Amino acid sequence: MSVTGLTVESPVVRLCGIGKRFLGNQVLRDVDLDLHAGEVHALVGENGAGKSTLMKVLAGVHQPDEGTIEVDGVRRTFASPREAQSAGISIVHQEFNLLGDRSVAENVHLGREPVRWGRVDRRRMEAETERLLDWLGERGISPRTQVRRLPVAQQQVVEIVKALATDARVLAMDEPTAALADHEVELLYDLVRRLRERNIAILYVSHRLREVFDLSQRITVLKDGELVTVRPTRELTSDQLVRHMVGRPLDAYFPDRARPADLGDVRLAVRGGGNARVHGIDLRLRAGEIVGLAGLQGAGRSAVARAVCGAEPFTEGTVELDGTPARIRSPRAAVRRGVAYVTEDRKGEGLALRQSVRDNALLVRRAAFGRGRGLRRLDLGELLRSVTLVARGPDQEVRLLSGGNQQKVVLAKWLAVEPKVLVVDEPTRGIDVGAKKAVYDLLRGLAGQGVAILLISSELPELIGMSDRVLVMYDGRIAGELPAGPSEEAVMALATGHALEAA
Amino acid sequence: MSVAVEPGVRPQWTRLGNPVAAVYGALVLLLVLGSVLVAMRGGVLLDQGGILNILTRSTALGLVAIGQTMVILTGKLDLSVAYLIGLCSLIGAETMAGDPGMILPAVLLTLACAAGVGLLNGLVVAKLKVNAFIATLGTALIIRGYLENGYTGPSGQVPRVFQHLGYDRIGPVPVSALLMLALAGLAWWFLARTRPGYHLYAVGGDEEVARFSGIRTDRVVITAHVLCSVAAGLAGLFLASRLGSGAPWVGTDAGYDLESIAAVVLGGTLLAGGRGGVAGTIGGVLILATLDTTFDELGVTPFFKDVVRGVVLIVAVALYARRRMRR
Repeated sequence: MSVTGLTVESPVVRLCGIGKRFLGNQVLRDVDLDLHAGEVHALVGENGAGKSTLMKVLAGVHQPDEGTIEVDGVRRTFASPREAQSAGISIVHQEFNLLGDRSVAENVHLGREPVRWGRVDRRRMEAETERLLDWLGERGISPRTQVRRLPVAQQQVVEIVKALATDARVLAMDEPTAALADHEVELLYDLVRRLRERNIAILYVSHRLREVFDLSQRITVLKDGELVTVRPTRELTSDQLVRHMVGRPLDAYFPDRARPADLGDVRLAVRGGGNARVHGIDLRLRAGEIVGLAGLQGAGRSAVARAVCGAEPFTEGTVELDGTPARIRSPRAAVRRGVAYVTEDRKGEGLALRQSVRDNALLVRRAAFGRGRGLRRLDLGELLRSVTLVARGPDQEVRLLSGGNQQKVVLAKWLAVEPKVLVVDEPTRGIDVGAKKAVYDLLRGLAGQGVAILLISSELPELIGMSDRVLVMYDGRIAGELPAGPSEEAVMALATGHALEAA
Repeated sequence: MSVAVEPGVRPQWTRLGNPVAAVYGALVLLLVLGSVLVAMRGGVLLDQGGILNILTRSTALGLVAIGQTMVILTGKLDLSVAYLIGLCSLIGAETMAGDPGMILPAVLLTLACAAGVGLLNGLVVAKLKVNAFIATLGTALIIRGYLENGYTGPSGQVPRVFQHLGYDRIGPVPVSALLMLALAGLAWWFLARTRPGYHLYAVGGDEEVARFSGIRTDRVVITAHVLCSVAAGLAGLFLASRLGSGAPWVGTDAGYDLESIAAVVLGGTLLAGGRGGVAGTIGGVLILATLDTTFDELGVTPFFKDVVRGVVLIVAVALYARRRMRR
């Protein structure tokens, strides 16, 4: 295949015809990849497309069954990550590989501490770390600081410095924004640009198309272990990219919205709801309706969700469920009245990772209702099928599932209590395009069964594509309501407070 | 763009500062309090006898706890030390059999046996992936079975020269306590200044992170267990020199297994590993020894003593947990 490269000079790393099988299962087939100095090369594809396997082949974690790796035109084989590192290739892991209790310098040199006369040369370690931080233009991080005291974005800087400390010229970044808050993503962008300026070749693996377009110069798309295309980023639109990734266009992506006739009675009504973090919240969710709640980080979206679900209850105003006043003072009370909350932090709040799919799926039901009381008998198999879960069985540990399937277990957990009102907070964060589609279809299907859904999402296309109405929050209040299919500009105008100032 | 701020910013003064400083602060406080209480009864806590008492109590426990610190720093635990101490006191005393010429071979043999037990513990934990709690409990039971089968009481005899190790002192300070402190200094240097020491912290902090960073985590765990068992062997030899012979129950009677873990945790080392150190451990040992000595002087019942020790331990760990949360 021909590569329409932007650069004329030869690549730092060239992978040719890479093939990899696990237990007879072909995960990669004849994949080529070139990485150039000073270029961000995005690697995209659905989960299971082979992105992480390819990255691990590059980093020496896996050895390819077919194909060759060339570094600076010289053929190499990597038996271990160490050998790849010594050839200048490092991975920045999605989950940080850092020790919170140790200092920045200690983390950067972990496993490779410089030794003089039998003792670790701390001065050299700190000087070296300082030098790397300087070189990156990162001031304000002291090599002696304990890593746990740093904000997440700076921890990521440490992670990157750690990767660079092996004299890396090639960095493979795996979902680098997964752990970052919205306002920290900007800092990462800046950092990636600085790495480019310093002639580092970057392989950028991400689900977030916006980042791919913002940062990369070239994009490689994988599907089912095969190379779909390699194109300069400016020659692609996001519609085209999604089509390459999933083989279907974007407009077929979101399920149809509810028709007015589909909507039922008001299931949840909040009037003048307020507490320490939000004020004057008026909210009406009708059966069969998906209402989007938009807003910037910290505008109070999750606070509203937490109030509705009793985690931090409203201290003012009234709440009605199906027309009758309801006092929801705790999550338990909310669950027992049919209000379910799918939290944003799936691993921390949503799942017991070491427990089975079954135990997780039945957790809320067992906790809030005891065995069989008040609800009809539950068919677990049916429930898991309804969320299109792919797992080896109900006994599989949840931590072994992919992100998308973990999210489906979280949903199953809440569906097991047959909610009237479902609040979902960032339901597709960190899961791949195909699994997102499954979650969208599932949510719309639930609405069709008469559940009222409040959807919170930072991804505007998702929020706009899914919602029958959009409420936009600004500074703890609802700044405005928009009908189905608003423009991103209209939402952002309300979310940033522009609309308020203009009014 | 506004950033979510947690309501209620924590005041700075809730920080207790460096845990080691806190441990020694608590020790000083305890010494003052103990002195006042004993003085009210018409006694003196920190006279020559009192100091000697505290330091002698600290020596054996200190030796075990130094070793235990290494294992706990890697996030493991060693429950076999108490029986191992008994075993080592017997090996040492029986090999010496009263002959001064046999001191060196006996010491070397004892430490080699201890290292062997540590190697076994380490291999089972690191290679067979058996939880350290269970693995070392199993080792403890095996040693106990051997001891109960072969011994009913003291056995062997150490030569008089060797007893000097247990009883010689400079002023109120026993030589053995100084040796223990020297070993603690060595252990501190090992942990804080050498590469294997760094790797011990790394494995305890997060074994996966350590492994991905190219550290051979199995070796680190095995090293920690060997060091711990050798330290227990030293404690066994010290106790043999005090007793004049070996005794199968010398380690278990004093409960050195749980006692050493308590001292380590009291000293601010995290039971989950990755954080802490020998300096705190020695502080923890001295606190426990001071408590004991004070209660002896006051003549309170042993039951009340245990209650107080329990309370002190729980309060200390609760305070550490709070400190960590406030970060």
